[in-house]
Amino acid sequence: MKIQEADAKSLLLAQGLPVPGWEVARTATEARAAAERALAAGAEQVVIKAQVLVGGRGKAGGVKLASSADEAEAVAGRILGMDIKDITVRKVLVAAAADIVKEYYLSAVLDRSARRILLMGSAEGGVEIEQVAVATPEAITYQHADPYLGLLDHQARRLAFAMDLGPHWKAGVAIAKGLVRTMQAHDADLVEINPLAVVREGGAGSGDGSGERLVCLDAKVTLDDSALARHPELEALRDPDEEDPTDQLAREAGISFIKLDGTIGCMVNGAGLAMTTMDLVKRAGGEPANFLDIGGGARADKVAAAMRLILADPKVDAILVNIFGGITRGDEVARGLIEARSLQERDVPMVVRIVGTNFEEAARLLQEAAFETAGSLDEAAAKAVAASGGAAA
Amino acid sequence: MSILVGRHTRLVVQGITGREGGFHAAAMLEYGTLVVAGVTPGKGGQTALDGRVPVFDSVHRAVAETGADTSCIFVPAAGAPDAVMEAVDAGIRTIFCITEGIPALDMVPVVQAIRDAGARLIGPNCPGATSPGQAKVGIIPGSVHREGRVGVVSRSGTLTYEAVQAMTDAGIGQSTCVGIGGDPIIGTTFSDILALFAEDAETDALVLIGEIGGDAEEQAAGWAAEHLADIPKVAFIAGRTAPEGKRMGHAGAIISGASGTAQSKVDALEAAGFRVAGSPTELPTLLRDAGYAG
Repeated sequence: MKIQEADAKSLLLAQGLPVPGWEVARTATEARAAAERALAAGAEQVVIKAQVLVGGRGKAGGVKLASSADEAEAVAGRILGMDIKDITVRKVLVAAAADIVKEYYLSAVLDRSARRILLMGSAEGGVEIEQVAVATPEAITYQHADPYLGLLDHQARRLAFAMDLGPHWKAGVAIAKGLVRTMQAHDADLVEINPLAVVREGGAGSGDGSGERLVCLDAKVTLDDSALARHPELEALRDPDEEDPTDQLAREAGISFIKLDGTIGCMVNGAGLAMTTMDLVKRAGGEPANFLDIGGGARADKVAAAMRLILADPKVDAILVNIFGGITRGDEVARGLIEARSLQERDVPMVVRIVGTNFEEAARLLQEAAFETAGSLDEAAAKAVAASGGAAA
Repeated sequence: MSILVGRHTRLVVQGITGREGGFHAAAMLEYGTLVVAGVTPGKGGQTALDGRVPVFDSVHRAVAETGADTSCIFVPAAGAPDAVMEAVDAGIRTIFCITEGIPALDMVPVVQAIRDAGARLIGPNCPGATSPGQAKVGIIPGSVHREGRVGVVSRSGTLTYEAVQAMTDAGIGQSTCVGIGGDPIIGTTFSDILALFAEDAETDALVLIGEIGGDAEEQAAGWAAEHLADIPKVAFIAGRTAPEGKRMGHAGAIISGASGTAQSKVDALEAAGFRVAGSPTELPTLLRDAGYAG
């Protein structure tokens, strides 16, 4: 689960990391008030940042500076309501604009190959790390945390020195260890600070040169969905503004569902087979409307819920059901399909393929109910594409 | 010989009195697997599967009484990491963890402990392994298999059944089919399994079934290019149409930026001499094209 920058910053702050203050505003008026407070506290400018769970906010015009309360209100008014990668901005973060001396990059991620937590640091901050990795791979320093003990002091020191943090290396050590603690405390997959920055405090142009500090200017945290059950407090960070109603329905039904742009709805058991079914629809000349895994052992009620999810998308004009029974019983799915079809409001052609456990009974039920069936996966995909009028569009 | 499981396997099922554990333990027994013990804390002294399998309070007890050497875990996610640690502590050296939904960070120290002990963990979130005609450990339906000489390794569950069924229907049998699991942190990788198949005198060809996310397929391709140049190899990769940044059901199936794409895996596998199928149903034909005559 992705969480907003402001929530990610709160998690870091709770681990004792240096994060400059901010406020979240939902209206231009609120943004103005927040800007007034920041300016009164000595800031020369404020930064206003769109709070959306997609990257590339800056490029899309979702991050702007303002030098007065009036300007802050106007800027916030423009950002609020704008669409960034199809997500409408409903809130902005307002903070004193930092007087940046130098930007760095620091993150903690789960390294699948090494099966450990991996820290990545770079003196090339403020740009996407993927770009740095391509352009100047030597500019990134890697350090694995100990699998039993977490990030040890000496590991954090090696990272800080390799990042060229200079006089700020001790702060770098503390922040690196804090990232790993944040990851462990909340079961995060990713904790990223970009930029981590040396900033001049006491306002720009104060020029005394003594007030430099290493701080986390941005924060990105992704949580492990498998661990949310044991962190009920993190559920509150799920952003209802950005969750599609069908996503919520799917989550509550225990169905893995991802909406795509095509016309052929897919209902499959198993994630790998669900992806394969999508791929074969595409290969047969159609476009899949969704990824949907009903999970193992699904019964009639889950099948009905899956059908509702698929039909909620008005673009769907054909449905492909592909079940390879193992734990899942084919006859249960067939009964669920028959029941779901009797209730559904929209008549959409459906192609059903059920093999594996109890497939004979499933075939008999489907035949009685006059369902279009298919033997092989390829045949099922071809039939679904033929049934979909929108395939050529 | 087959790999990981066989006639010699003496299996303990952790969580045998649960719904899933009981159902699949019965199917394993029916397939011919030597299910010698079950473990459910607090139910020691009872029996499971109509009196055919004794239940113990601990894996230690089960090992001492029955000589179990392999474990299959159906314990719910909250207790599964501990179940793995219990098995390795009791001296079990081949551990299958079927459990889905274990928080990834929980597995980091567990996987290290398994390595330190010189044991092998397959999974978590895996369907297990079957050596057709000998034994099956896990949840792969026994009906999809046929005895033979092709080794199959996959990250998926039902997709594996699909691929194996297609092989069986075409008359191509399997030496062992292994599902390594769809989680980000797993105990045994594609490369580990390929290394076992490379040493197996009864495996003459390989089928690798991968999916988007991570770079385990690319690593396996590299390993195969070096060590398995002369053996027929085919592959299938799921998720060519998967969008970037979305978890496709499996916790590990996610494309992050440019990494973990199906194309990257297909390219790496083809460069390593694998023939890559566009559909699981093409795997048998591609095996024949690659020179497999079994």
